[in-house]
Amino acid sequence: MAEKLIKPEELAQGIKHTTPGGDWRDEKTELKRGCFNYGAQPSSTKYLGLPNVRKWQPMHDDWQLPENWKEIIIKGLADRLKRFRSLQVFMDICVRCGACADKCHFYIGSGDPKNMPVMRAELLRSIYRNDFTAAGKILGSIAGGRKLTVDVIKEWFYYFYQCTECRRCSVFCPYGIDTAEITMIGRELLNLLGLDIDWISTPAANCFRTGNHLGVQPHGFKDSVDFAVDDLEENTGVRVEAPINKKGAEVLFVVPSADYFGDPHYFGFLGYLALFHEIGLDYTLSAFASEGGNFGLFHSNEMMKRLNGKIYAEAKRLGVKWIIGAECGHMWRVLHQYMDTMNGPADFLEVPRSPITGTVFENAKTTRMVHICEFTADLIKHNKIKLDPNRNNHWKTTFHDSCNTSRAMGLLDEPRYILNKVCNHFYEMPENTIREQTFCCGSGSGIGTDENLEMRMRGGLPRANAVKYVHEKHGVNLLSCICAIDKATLPPLLEYWVPGVEVAALHELVGNALVMTGEKDRTTDLRGQEFVNNGKEGSEDV
Amino acid sequence: MHVLSSMFIVIFLMAVVFIGAGVLKWQYLFGVIIPYISIAVFVLGVIMRVLKWAGAPVPFRIPTTCGQQKSLSWIKQNKLEAPFTFWQVVARMFMEVFFFRSLFRNTKAELHEGKNLVYGSDKWLWAAGLAFHYSFLIIILRHFRFFTEPALFFIEPIQALDGFFQIGVPELYLTSIILIGAVTFLFLRRIMIPQVRYISLPADYFPLYVIFSIAATGICMRHFYKVDIVYVKQMVTGLLTLNPVVPEGIGSVFYIHLFLVCFLLAYFPYSKLMHFAGVFFSPTRNLANNNRAKRHINPWNPKVKTHTYEEWEDEFREVMKDAGMPLEKE
Ligand code: SF4
Ligand code: SF4
Repeated sequence: MAEKLIKPEELAQGIKHTTPGGDWRDEKTELKRGCFNYGAQPSSTKYLGLPNVRKWQPMHDDWQLPENWKEIIIKGLADRLKRFRSLQVFMDICVRCGACADKCHFYIGSGDPKNMPVMRAELLRSIYRNDFTAAGKILGSIAGGRKLTVDVIKEWFYYFYQCTECRRCSVFCPYGIDTAEITMIGRELLNLLGLDIDWISTPAANCFRTGNHLGVQPHGFKDSVDFAVDDLEENTGVRVEAPINKKGAEVLFVVPSADYFGDPHYFGFLGYLALFHEIGLDYTLSAFASEGGNFGLFHSNEMMKRLNGKIYAEAKRLGVKWIIGAECGHMWRVLHQYMDTMNGPADFLEVPRSPITGTVFENAKTTRMVHICEFTADLIKHNKIKLDPNRNNHWKTTFHDSCNTSRAMGLLDEPRYILNKVCNHFYEMPENTIREQTFCCGSGSGIGTDENLEMRMRGGLPRANAVKYVHEKHGVNLLSCICAIDKATLPPLLEYWVPGVEVAALHELVGNALVMTGEKDRTTDLRGQEFVNNGKEGSEDV
Repeated sequence: MHVLSSMFIVIFLMAVVFIGAGVLKWQYLFGVIIPYISIAVFVLGVIMRVLKWAGAPVPFRIPTTCGQQKSLSWIKQNKLEAPFTFWQVVARMFMEVFFFRSLFRNTKAELHEGKNLVYGSDKWLWAAGLAFHYSFLIIILRHFRFFTEPALFFIEPIQALDGFFQIGVPELYLTSIILIGAVTFLFLRRIMIPQVRYISLPADYFPLYVIFSIAATGICMRHFYKVDIVYVKQMVTGLLTLNPVVPEGIGSVFYIHLFLVCFLLAYFPYSKLMHFAGVFFSPTRNLANNNRAKRHINPWNPKVKTHTYEEWEDEFREVMKDAGMPLEKE
């Protein structure tokens, strides 16, 4: 049911960063087709036990809110002001300096002034002022307040689902005001009224039930892992083992489900399997915790906790020593910033220690969960694997930092270190668009659907533009990244703005370069593409 | 609209004082009662605001990392932007509070020829913000010479530096000019940049007008419409020692100046000006990025309904058995 999309040039030409005159509070927001997500299926919200289950769609006039919707919102907001210092402080201290305004990819790509992070927050703040501050109660509109109406709720819905919670704005705000935090709470409030979107609720319900977003049942999970093992054997001549639910393994390995189903994620999955086999890691996958990605993060902190709980529970049941997490942005935001708080302490695990290099991962001392990039970088540093970067000579790569691993974790140099060891051609995008200033793929936080395509292409414009720069300047033809949502949503984005650039997992490139013991004479990469200049005589430096 | 409405309020306030203190001679009201009230409102208001913030828990550790995390020993951590220890956090906050580190990063995004995005450095806001806050601070410190007898040790050097160029008699203070300039810049920026005008509320213009008027009346008293410093000092020290006196012969400009200061003080705790304290409470800046190394406690960590392994296996036992997967219960 994709909405029709105009040509890239037309879209770009149409972006005007202008503002209407007058007071924004008097404007009514029209929900534009192609720029919002469909409402949740009742079956999913019912399964999760969420309020106000009904059939509804955002384009309908009547959203069938519960009768006491106003009371629910005000109570919900009061409650969250008490529970989140971030919200209380961020409601109070914004000086509306505008430093965050042009930092949001949705504003840059849409020109809609309500997509300036400060405005997004003001949508909520105006209600806060009106109902929770003395000045607002007395002076109302003069104090910057406005009345809570159904139109306000619709506006919240529109703009809180036009924020990918990427936190880029918070890097630039002098007080560290994080609009992502406000969006998250705004969405929690909307969900109290049953205003869920389907691409969050249905994956969340699937994940809750089967263990992963796609709703793949355990035997299906096993099938796809077995399939990958066969695939890898065909490619490399080496038959690896990929244990599932194996009790007593040393490490539990958690991947986002797209890795064993989606394309191009899958090639990265092959990369992990090859790597773990080569170093002889005693690990297991789990069909119960067959998902690292956490769509609960986009819904509410309760939902996040419910979905995340499976990982520790499974680590305990299987009796592993520690956990490795694969390439996934939102998954790592949850694992790094929330997991231990919500579902810890993980005292049944041990402090992670690489059995291959002996390195103790001090930075994961209590969570006991290590990022695959930390793990692999350590292996390479200690010369534990043999790499032939020439096998990636057909790629000229650049690296996209995912918002969450960069701005909510600080994982910046590990992937770059790996990249420099596994390929010969790596070019950085311009400085203002990488590392902590990285631009979002435009489709994170559960809004990467087809019905929302126009907004995604708009939001992804800054990212694509930076890719275009290196594509034109250095002939870059591959964007590598370490996030499952990126791998799903960047291909259509690049096809739209920069045809000729593919997307790959970082560990796909590792898998290509990895020289495996007993491998056959490899002629193709993990995608089955012929190697070029795979100079046997060329440098095989490690 | 907002630009004018808040200006009228300030003009109105000034007129009230002019009539009240200048014409009706209610000097005790404007010279004693209102200052005391405003100080009380300020102090209590700030304390209450801060307690309110402090009372709300920080359920999750959510620093915005703006640099390399601490991970492997051979990867260089960015201690300021991704602090791992308490002291690194202190250093990060120091950079924020004293040098406006985050604002320093400011860039400007422009869409060229409708297709190429270009990012330029944009330090004007940072520079004006810094100039504004530092000159304001120095001016407040300079005022201590009216409050204490003998003058505190730091006043001499500050004054000497501030009047370095020795323009005019009495010499013109640099900070006076800088403050007026910065306020004007911040104001013009608000009305001339469409995006910033769009987000601005009366509450954004209002403090600028008040501060501008305070500075203007201050300069006016020093250079044009001189007030008798001896009387002013008498009055201020009287206020501070809780022996209020209202000396005759202080002109209404002084009362306007004083009243606006009082007004600003009382307005302070209820406005965005609280950002001065709020910045210390911002969880994206004041937390260490050691989430995986140190456990963080959420005091209200909710009990949630989960899907247990047992329930899960019960649902999928048959298919798992067929696929030859390990089971807990056969
Ligand atoms: S940068 Fe921060 S203080 Fe300035 S407008 Fe944005 S959120 Fe408000
Ligand atoms: S978090 Fe990202 S998407 Fe949301 S307002 Fe900030 S910059 Fe925009």
